Amino acid sequence: MKFILKIFKDFPAFLWSGWGAIASILLFIGAWDLGNQLYGDLVLPSPTQTFDTLFLMLKDPEVWEAIQITLYRAGVGFGVSLLLGTFLGLLAGSFATASIMSRPIVTILVGMPPIAWIVLAMIWFGMGDLTVIFTVVVASFPIVFVGALQGARTLEGDLTEMANSFKLPFMMKVFDIYFPHIFSYIFPAWVSGLGMAWKIVVMAELLSTSDGIGASLAVARSQLDTPTALALVVIMIASLMIVEYIILEPIKREVELWRE
Amino acid sequence: MERISVKQVNHHFGFTEILRDINFDLKQGEVVSIVGPSGGGKTTLLHLVAGLLDLEEGKIENSFKSSAFAFQEARLLPWKNVIDNIMLGLLARGDDRELAQQEAEKIALKFGLEERDFTKFPKDLSGGMKQRVSFARALVLKPALLFLDEPFSALDIGLKKELQTILIEMVDQKEISILFITHDLMEAIRLSDRVLLLAADPGRIVKSFDYDLSQADRDDSYVYAKSASLLSDPEIINTFELELK
Repeated sequence: MKFILKIFKDFPAFLWSGWGAIASILLFIGAWDLGNQLYGDLVLPSPTQTFDTLFLMLKDPEVWEAIQITLYRAGVGFGVSLLLGTFLGLLAGSFATASIMSRPIVTILVGMPPIAWIVLAMIWFGMGDLTVIFTVVVASFPIVFVGALQGARTLEGDLTEMANSFKLPFMMKVFDIYFPHIFSYIFPAWVSGLGMAWKIVVMAELLSTSDGIGASLAVARSQLDTPTALALVVIMIASLMIVEYIILEPIKREVELWRE
Repeated sequence: MERISVKQVNHHFGFTEILRDINFDLKQGEVVSIVGPSGGGKTTLLHLVAGLLDLEEGKIENSFKSSAFAFQEARLLPWKNVIDNIMLGLLARGDDRELAQQEAEKIALKFGLEERDFTKFPKDLSGGMKQRVSFARALVLKPALLFLDEPFSALDIGLKKELQTILIEMVDQKEISILFITHDLMEAIRLSDRVLLLAADPGRIVKSFDYDLSQADRDDSYVYAKSASLLSDPEIINTFELELK
């Protein structure tokens, strides 16, 4: 509880530290506008035009529906990876044999391009929710899994021994010794897993469904509607940034205060 | 009376014999040190007696009601601040959190930490400060028996002396018994009632030296004189391979 309060207390200071980030984003938009002046509206619409299109789109309930559909797919897919990856990763990390055996499998999962998974998933599950969710799971699971595995593998024998010497009860060992260590590995893995899920969901939708942000992107492409395409990209990036910088980053800062 | 008695203890790691036929007693109020060369099984023996390792052969009876362990490295939890680290053993014992915090703060001050250090994480402490916290964490429990695993070896002489003085005071008032291992003979002589010499390969006790003068009365010249006579002991020369070849 104290901990959650502290996150809120430090939040304004964290936001204040964001001016640098905002300045660099504005610089980027400036470069974007330069590109527009060099190459013309068809190739690269100006930021103003893009944001105008964006505001028009945000008034359209259909767009909101698409966002919702995509969020649902990414959410379910990432949720499954998070639970499964954390659980199996911790399990594998607790046994030397299991962690050695799981290594090559993880390499295969990471090395296989997501686009290949999409093709397979389309054959297996047809065009629809399940294909997208499956692809998201397959792409983000290994990241979470490796994080959990590393966390469990690197538990320090020294600290466990110290805990034994003070006869720590089992629950105290879990919360004071194991959990903080493992969490410091798992949490960053969750964050990058979430980023991966968000990217993959759009790609999978673009290829295999008729609804969601990805599908809207496919329509914009076929109509050479560059402003809409860019507006969709802005939606995707903005939503990821909000989740990452407004929610996850402040938590991460507090959790990892003890780190060098 | 509380005591530890170690009888005919043998220990192996795989096929390597680490300890052979270890016998000794430690009575309430005594300080016993085990000296010997590095890699000679000192730490294994201490861990066996403290119950951190499972005993294979022999018998160890420990009737001390409470004990605490201070390690060579501080082994603080990096994600807890100074006070929370010191409180660890108290909370594990089931003490009330508020009382535990008061106790922890009191002992932290006694061990030379300042109030502004209380909320620091171990990463912001110097090596000496960490060791102070580690000692405080062990001694806040007011253990009847203290296990020390070369706890002074990484400290500067000032801090070493300070921590030793605190221990000597407690021993003088019969508050605590200590079993500790070291490779520093002078340190052993300053603190111990009995010094056990552990020879390596396999670890076995080859000789025991008794020191009767109360720890508080041992001055530097006493320690130097006893060290000199110890260093000329043939068993010591043999065990530490002091002879020049």
